[in-house]
Amino acid sequence: MTVILRVENVRKTFGGVVANNDVSLDVQAGSITGLIGPNGSGKTTLFNSIVGFHPIDGGEIWFGEKKLSHRLTPEIARMGLLRTFQQTRIFGNMNCVRNMQIATPHANDSFRTMFSRFPKAVTEKAEHLLEFVGLYSKRNLLAGDLSFGQQKLLEFAMALMNEPKMLLLDEPTAGINPTLINGLIDRLRRAREEFGITLFVIEHNMRVIMNLAEQIFCLAYGELLAEGPPEQIQNNQRVIDAYLGAG
Amino acid sequence: MVIGIGVAVTLLVPLVPLFQPYMIQFAMLWVLILMALTWDILGGQMGYNSFGNVIFVGVGMYTTAVVQREMFFGAEYASVAGQSSLSLVDYLTGLGIGMGSGAILSVALAAFLGSGILALRGHYFAICTLGLGVAAGELASGWDYIGAGSGLVTPLPPDGVGESSTFFYYVFFVLVVITFMLLRWLYSCRFGLAINAIRDDEDKAEAMGLHTTRYKVVAWCVAAFFLALTGGAFGNLMVFIDPTETAFAGATFGVWMVLMAVLGGKGRLWGPVIGATVFHVLQETFWTYLFGWQRVALGLLIVAVVVFFPLGIVGWVRERFAHRFGEAVDPAARTEQVTLGDGT
Repeated sequence: MTVILRVENVRKTFGGVVANNDVSLDVQAGSITGLIGPNGSGKTTLFNSIVGFHPIDGGEIWFGEKKLSHRLTPEIARMGLLRTFQQTRIFGNMNCVRNMQIATPHANDSFRTMFSRFPKAVTEKAEHLLEFVGLYSKRNLLAGDLSFGQQKLLEFAMALMNEPKMLLLDEPTAGINPTLINGLIDRLRRAREEFGITLFVIEHNMRVIMNLAEQIFCLAYGELLAEGPPEQIQNNQRVIDAYLGAG
Repeated sequence: MVIGIGVAVTLLVPLVPLFQPYMIQFAMLWVLILMALTWDILGGQMGYNSFGNVIFVGVGMYTTAVVQREMFFGAEYASVAGQSSLSLVDYLTGLGIGMGSGAILSVALAAFLGSGILALRGHYFAICTLGLGVAAGELASGWDYIGAGSGLVTPLPPDGVGESSTFFYYVFFVLVVITFMLLRWLYSCRFGLAINAIRDDEDKAEAMGLHTTRYKVVAWCVAAFFLALTGGAFGNLMVFIDPTETAFAGATFGVWMVLMAVLGGKGRLWGPVIGATVFHVLQETFWTYLFGWQRVALGLLIVAVVVFFPLGIVGWVRERFAHRFGEAVDPAARTEQVTLGDGT
C-alpha cells in the first residue's frame, strides 16, 4: 500500500483559537478512510487546509510526490484532489446537466477548449452519473430547486465527474433521507471500486462510518486523539470520553 | 423568419422620410443596446457589477480621434473643423484604423486591470471600478495631448457617406448584430457555463479546478473590445468629445448601462436589448413631456422596477408565461422521489 495523502504536524490557528494543532496522518491509496470527532474539533478546518482553501501556519501536506502546502485550491483540484462541502455548494441557477458539464476535469484546459462546446461524450457521461446517484429524472431542473439531500447527491456526482484521484467528503449523509443512506453507502463503495477513487470522509453518523471506513482518525480539540480500524476506535476509551464527555 | 423581417425593417428605417429627423435617436438606441449587452457579460452572466465600463468607451473614443488626427490632419486639424476636407477613403481608413487601435488598446487595458482587480469580489470590485472610471475622466481632463478639459473635435464625415447620423446608424447596427451573435455563441459554449458557474458560486468553481481568473479576464476583455468599437464610432457621431460628459461619462452612460440591463433582465441574452429599448423610449418621453422633472421620473421608474420586477422584463415574462418562454420542465420530475438501489 502506498500513501496518497500525508499530513505532517499541521497547525492552523484563527487568531487565538487553535483549530488544528500538530495533526499528522497518512491516508493509504485506494482506501476509504474516516475522520470523526465532536463538533468544533477541527475536521473541516483540516479539510480546508489540505485543499489549500486557507494557508496553514505550520507543518507540511503531501499529495503523492507533490507538496501541497502553498498551492491554491484550483491548482490542487486539477492535480486530482477534490473536496465537497458540508454546506452543499452547487450552481443554483443552472440545471443539473449543466452543473455536471462544468464539473468536467480542467487539467488540460486551454484557450481553445474555453470556446468549444462540450463533446457529446461529456454530456453522456454527465447523464450516466446522474443516473448513478438517482437524479436522472431531475436532470433538467435547476440545481437550486432541488432539496438539500438531492443537492448533496448532485455535488457527489459532480465530484465523480471531475475524475479525481482522491475525494474529501464532508458529511456526505447529512440531510439525506434515511431510506437512501444504504444506497449512498453502496455508491461511495462503488466510487472506490469502479472509479478507483480514494475516499477520505468526515462523518457524524457512526453507523455509516463504522460500516464504510477501513481506517478511522479521531480528532478532538484540534488534536489527533486516536487512529485505527473501526472496531478499535469504537472501543477506545479516549474516543468515547471525547464524544460523551469524560466523567 | 421573424429575425429576417426585423433586419429588413431595421435596414429600411433610414429611407422613410418621417424618421429621417430622428436618425440620431435611432443611432443612439444601438449605442445604448451595445452598452447594455456588454455590461451584462460581467454584471448579469458572471455576477460582477462593474461601474467602470465607461473606461473602455472613453479609451476607444479618444484613441480613434487621436489616430484620425495624427493620420490626416496634423496641425491644421482644429482650423478645418466645421467643414470636411477629407476624401471618403481617407475618412473611412482613419475611422477604421482608429477604432481598431482603440479596441486593441482597450483589450490590453482590460487584461491588465482585470488580472489585478478581478480578484476582488462583490462590492469591492464594484467600488474599485467606480473609482477607476472617475480617475480616467480626471486624467483625460488634464492631458493636453488629447485636448485636456476643452475636449477634442473629430473630423466631419465627407459628403460621400451621406447624412452622418444615417451612416453611423448602419455602423452601430452592424456592431449590434455582431456583438449579439458573438455573445449568443459565447454563452452557449464552455465559456458561458464557466462564467455562470462563477456567478452562482465562485468558491465552488475554484474547488472544481476551474481557471476562474482566466475566464474572468477574458470576459472583461470581450466587453472592452466591443465598448471600444462603440466608443470610437460614437465619438465621431457626436463630433465633439468632452472628457467627462461623452468619453468617461460615469454619471450618465456608466449608470445607464447598469439600469438598462437590470430593467430588461440581467443574465438573459435578450434582457439588455429589451431593457435598452424601453429605457431609451422612456427617457426621451420623459425629456419631452416632463421637462424639468425627467430625472425624477426616471428615478421613480428605477425604484418601481427594482421593487416590482426584480428579475427585469424578460425575467418577469419568463416567470409569468413559463409555458411559453420559460424552461420546459416536466412537472412530474419535480415531485418524483429519488431512489437508490442499495446494491444488495
